Amino acid sequence: MIAWSPGAAVPDPVSALAQMLGHPFIVHALVAGTAVAIVSGLVGSFVVLRGQVFAGDALGHVAYTGAFAALAVGLDLRIGMFAATIGAGLVLGLLGGRSIADDVTIGTVFSWVLGLGVFFLAYYTTHASNSNGTANVNVLFGSLFGISTPAMWTAVAIAAVLVIAILTIARPLLFASIDSAVAAAAGVPVRALGALFLALVGATAAEASQIVGALLLFGLLAAPAAAARRLTPDPWHALWLAALLATASVWTGIVISYAAPTLPVSFTIMTVAAALYAGSFLRHASTTADNGAVRAGVK
Amino acid sequence: MGPGPSWDLAYDVQLMFSYPFMVNAFRAGTLVAVIAATIGWFMVLRRQSFAGHTLAVIGFPGAAAATWLGLATGYGYFGFCLAGALVIAALPTRTGRTASAEQSAVIGTVQAFALALGYLFVSLYKGFLSGMTNLLFGTIVGVTDTQVLVLLVSAAACLGVLIAIGRPLLFASIDPDLARSRGVPVRKLGALFLVLLGVAAAGTSQVTGSLLVFALLVAPAATAHKLTARPAVGIALSIVLALLATWIGETLAFFTVYPIGFWVTTVSFAGYLAACLWRAVGVRAGRRPRLEAPAATPAGART
Repeated sequence: MIAWSPGAAVPDPVSALAQMLGHPFIVHALVAGTAVAIVSGLVGSFVVLRGQVFAGDALGHVAYTGAFAALAVGLDLRIGMFAATIGAGLVLGLLGGRSIADDVTIGTVFSWVLGLGVFFLAYYTTHASNSNGTANVNVLFGSLFGISTPAMWTAVAIAAVLVIAILTIARPLLFASIDSAVAAAAGVPVRALGALFLALVGATAAEASQIVGALLLFGLLAAPAAAARRLTPDPWHALWLAALLATASVWTGIVISYAAPTLPVSFTIMTVAAALYAGSFLRHASTTADNGAVRAGVK
Repeated sequence: MGPGPSWDLAYDVQLMFSYPFMVNAFRAGTLVAVIAATIGWFMVLRRQSFAGHTLAVIGFPGAAAATWLGLATGYGYFGFCLAGALVIAALPTRTGRTASAEQSAVIGTVQAFALALGYLFVSLYKGFLSGMTNLLFGTIVGVTDTQVLVLLVSAAACLGVLIAIGRPLLFASIDPDLARSRGVPVRKLGALFLVLLGVAAAGTSQVTGSLLVFALLVAPAATAHKLTARPAVGIALSIVLALLATWIGETLAFFTVYPIGFWVTTVSFAGYLAACLWRAVGVRAGRRPRLEAPAATPAGART
């Protein structure tokens, strides 16, 4: 069960750590995981602030379908994921500006999208000559311990672009998220910003699907961000705290899963993130003071 | 799944039912369609469709754990869905904008954690990774006689309770404030309804899989709500639509390589889309007879 060398009776933490970092797959997981965690924390802060957690869920479904549509036609699954989620994010954002379509329509549409993903999965597994039997599990629940060196650098590069993009629009987006009417009156392009933001959420969903999987990524968007929001009233502090908590979840999850290989890494990451969120409820933060500070933080 | 169709309809149906597993699949599917459509009609009226989705997702670790422990998946679905329904029913209702943003974060985290937990059980039970697709996206094989019996009993119990509380529940769903002032125990009814929803979600999961329950629990009911505001007609229509989606889905899943999850969602979605179009055309043509949904107020919509 325990992965350190059998020779050492009482392994000291430093050499155990050194040995863990000696595995390339762990280093790849830590580097790619950190990049994705920072993006998830930053983007997740806005997702929670804007009450769009379910959009994150929906985009996870789209990522699944995009991945298998790409595999079915013989492309790299990441191309399908990013194209589908960014496209769906833009559409959601542009439609959502008019009216928040009711739960039922959104739920029914995305349930069908996921059904379509199952269609592509069946097509891929029956038609592709070299079909990869673990692709389904990898897309649904991630494959953090199977990341190659080029995939790691791709993940880091995409994460860097996403972080720069979200920080560029952070100030007007925060304004628009808190009071869209006032922001619109002040000349902020609220609707375009909303659509751009959902496209960013889509890209984040595709990026995070590789780490924790299409089904769990909205947990990584929601839990650290919601925990950070409970811990600090300042929206800028919450933004960075969310990135920090997401990173802590990924690191702790990786270490636990390494030490106890029966526990899958996406499960341990999600458990740590959920535990951090549950822990944040122990600290009472007044939500009314929260709102006041949020307004103050924008001005 | 099975052999290709001969396009001789009578022969094909006969062929399909010569397989005992298909007979059980149709029995289970029929029971589930009736219960999902009925409970779903009230759920859509009460705007609790995401509660139904959440309960179904909570059922996934239950089913995975049951498989890991060597039990039938049905018990896992029912156990976890009912426990989840009781927990949601016991939680205090919160209102306000920040509360709902917080609530959706809580629901999102709970769902993600439930799915992660299910994944843990799936990986603990080695060699079951292919079965996971069935738990998430549904399957037509492997429904046992016992499972059909369990579904029959739970469906009968659910419908019995629903008939008993139907009238006050309808009142409480449409106008909770007025109902409360008339002495209807709105909160207790809401909690009881969540338990019924738990049973319906557990049953539906066994046909469509945990992730696609919207196809039977929401889409037929929502289609019915689009077409008529009259409760009895709406519920009947919802049942007919759910039965059609299930039977067509199971038949197509039998004769093609594509799984039931794809077919059921597609048929349900097509029905919903057709209803939306029909309404849009009707509105444009200026005839809009009694199509307005009866409830404009979200009835204690706790997801």
